[in-house]
Amino acid sequence: MVTNKVGRSVPSFIENLGELKPYAGVFATPPTGAHYAPPIRRHLGIGMGAGKKFLASLREAILASGLKSGMTISFHHHFRNGDMLVNMVVDEIAALGIKDLTLAPSSLQNIHQALIPHIRSGVITAITTSGLRGELAEVLTRESLLKSPVVIRSHGGRARAIEAGELKIDVAFLGASSADVYGNMNGIHGPAACGSLGYAMVDAQYADFVVGITDNIVPYPALPISIPQTQVDLVVKVDKVGDPKGIMTGATRITRDPLELHIAAQAMRVIEASGYFREGFSFQAGTGGASLAVAKLLKESMAETGLRGGFCTGGSTGYICEMLQEGYFSAILDTQCFDLAAVESLRTNPRHVEMSASYYANIHAKACTAHITDIMMLAATEIDTAFNVNVLTGSDGIMMGASGGHSDTAAGTKLRLVTAPLIRGRFPIVVDSVHTVITPGECIDVLVTERGIAVNPAQKTLKEQLNDFGIETVSIEELQWRAEKLTGKPEPLAQSEELVALVEYRDGTLIDVVRRIL
Amino acid sequence: MSNRLRRSMLFVPGNNPALIIDAPVFTPDSIILDLEDAVAVDQKDAARELVVSALKTLDFGVCEVCVRINGRHTPFFAADVSALVPVKPHALRLAMVESAEDVACLDELLGRCEADAGLPVGTVKIMASIETAKGVMNASTIALSSPRLVAMSFGAEDFTNSIQSERTPGGHELLYARTAVVLAARAAGIDPIDTVFTLVEDDAAFKADVRAAKQLGFAGKSCVHPRQIALAHEVFLPTPEELSKAERVLAAYTEALERGAGVVAVEGRMVDGPIVARAQRVVDIANASKSLREVRAR
Repeated sequence: MVTNKVGRSVPSFIENLGELKPYAGVFATPPTGAHYAPPIRRHLGIGMGAGKKFLASLREAILASGLKSGMTISFHHHFRNGDMLVNMVVDEIAALGIKDLTLAPSSLQNIHQALIPHIRSGVITAITTSGLRGELAEVLTRESLLKSPVVIRSHGGRARAIEAGELKIDVAFLGASSADVYGNMNGIHGPAACGSLGYAMVDAQYADFVVGITDNIVPYPALPISIPQTQVDLVVKVDKVGDPKGIMTGATRITRDPLELHIAAQAMRVIEASGYFREGFSFQAGTGGASLAVAKLLKESMAETGLRGGFCTGGSTGYICEMLQEGYFSAILDTQCFDLAAVESLRTNPRHVEMSASYYANIHAKACTAHITDIMMLAATEIDTAFNVNVLTGSDGIMMGASGGHSDTAAGTKLRLVTAPLIRGRFPIVVDSVHTVITPGECIDVLVTERGIAVNPAQKTLKEQLNDFGIETVSIEELQWRAEKLTGKPEPLAQSEELVALVEYRDGTLIDVVRRIL
Repeated sequence: MSNRLRRSMLFVPGNNPALIIDAPVFTPDSIILDLEDAVAVDQKDAARELVVSALKTLDFGVCEVCVRINGRHTPFFAADVSALVPVKPHALRLAMVESAEDVACLDELLGRCEADAGLPVGTVKIMASIETAKGVMNASTIALSSPRLVAMSFGAEDFTNSIQSERTPGGHELLYARTAVVLAARAAGIDPIDTVFTLVEDDAAFKADVRAAKQLGFAGKSCVHPRQIALAHEVFLPTPEELSKAERVLAAYTEALERGAGVVAVEGRMVDGPIVARAQRVVDIANASKSLREVRAR
């Protein structure tokens, strides 16, 4: 084990994963190597049936893909908790007697607890993902079931690892709510519409074999083309790729929780004071409870002053799309739609476009959106007095979230603003040391809670700007004290030395580990 | 006239620990921990214990903390008072006050409890809630019934029942009662506080209601939802013009005092005692809001 730049002890070698580098700083570790390239194959004949590109059963597709024990399979998580494909495909693989697979989806949801028996039986023996939740996450944090720890990657980090060949995908099973028999696919039409296919685009480009799966075959060409026929080896039609109820709701509502609204109002003042709320500013709303409420406040202010924003990035919600429609923003660059109103916008508004996870957040892409955004609203399950942020593990040390785009956007955005309630479920959010570092403290500028605002001491100018604006700031230690006065100091967690997950920073180095919780 | 601002008084159910802990976050001028209507009869003891423990342990910051106790004729009245006095809430709000005697009775019980707790008599203040026709008719004597009285609030829901009417958006049925409470309270030098507004989603209607209350002379508004607090403060906030005029008045008055001149004119108008007091009030309210900058930026 070696100590990395954020003071975490990380392994330098893991059986099955090989040599590992410690995190050395946000942009400290230079890239090496070349882009991975999938093999060139003779294309399959057009038409339906054996030896043809369009198949009517998953089993035929798995067999045709050449999938063997020991290989890596990937999926996207655009169907979120309505996803049916991961469970369906792994069931089929297990029935074929294929074992010892690495599961490499862009993320995992509650619904994927159905994989637990396949993990226990050795069908899946390794996992890399952005996040995991529910029972699956609990089992994987409490037991050592895999032959190597789960590798947690950010959205940009996953794209980078795939492009660099560090995460080599043998077969990608990519669901689409609409496709044609030649393999053009999108997530915009069809009963299981999920919007942008941004995470899947990287898999489609770099996986050795790409199986497109849909429940909605449309006449050629399936427009718009999110994933092109040139990247798809096989197309399979199944009854259902996802349950619309679990995929998304009609429109994400702005929180009505008075505490979150209060945090949003404070965050808005910070944004105004920061100087980044200016003509053409770019914005990422993130997924925290207060973030959409901030968008609403931005809109109100923009309506009053006439100021207009540039692009919005990351995921999209109906509210942000409405702001685009009304001219408050000039474009949306979208990796992931969060509601049907956003899907509708992607379908109809030419200034709302999909982007791949690499385009969005890959540190080694020749430009990524995460590096050119002005204001980013970030969430936190914990933040420590060095401003390191955890969004993966809960107060019980169990994995329950996702790395997502947190560290990617925090590394490149100009104003990195974490909003969180200071107390959540009787636990203080500010702690001495976060259980798991996802984003290093040097990438966080300011923490906004309902009980005070703390600026990272490294950001002296920002602190002065806030104070000049009439915003009172306190030290993060003061916020910790305010929380602990109400909650007390939590007992340290009982954990073993055994590693159940490795947290890869976006550049491929190790920023932290997750130990087995006893 | 008390020095404390009471633009917003937030009701918080006395049996909800999460809401009690979060109440000061919204910085209402006053928090009213409610043991009366918000708490079911079989929860009264538990809620009282929770409120006592909250007053003992929580830091409510700059907020005035009051407890709305159960009425004088309920079986919980005496137990509420004797449990609360040792933890020193700023005030007790007595519901359904109909006569000076109601307040006097609480005053006396408070005195005994304060003596038992070794506290100076008069530590805990009283706010009287006028919620019936009888209460309105007796408002002027109620307002003078105890030196502990710091505020008198008006409760429209029970009041409209008592006059066998119902509330309308225009509120004509309340006009006399609201005015009577304002006059009685202002005459006694205590704060008149207006009734709650229950359509919590309708910010515009709430602000209109607060504006009407301010115009009638109320010092503040009872609030049932945190979102109403900032809105109430906004309405009670002076306009930039009001603030700058008040500052000019005070500056001229201070200068006149230094010169030894008794009378001074600002912009052609004589400035005397009441005008100076009003100017001071405007500046105080502006100072009490988050920052003067906010006023100037309006």
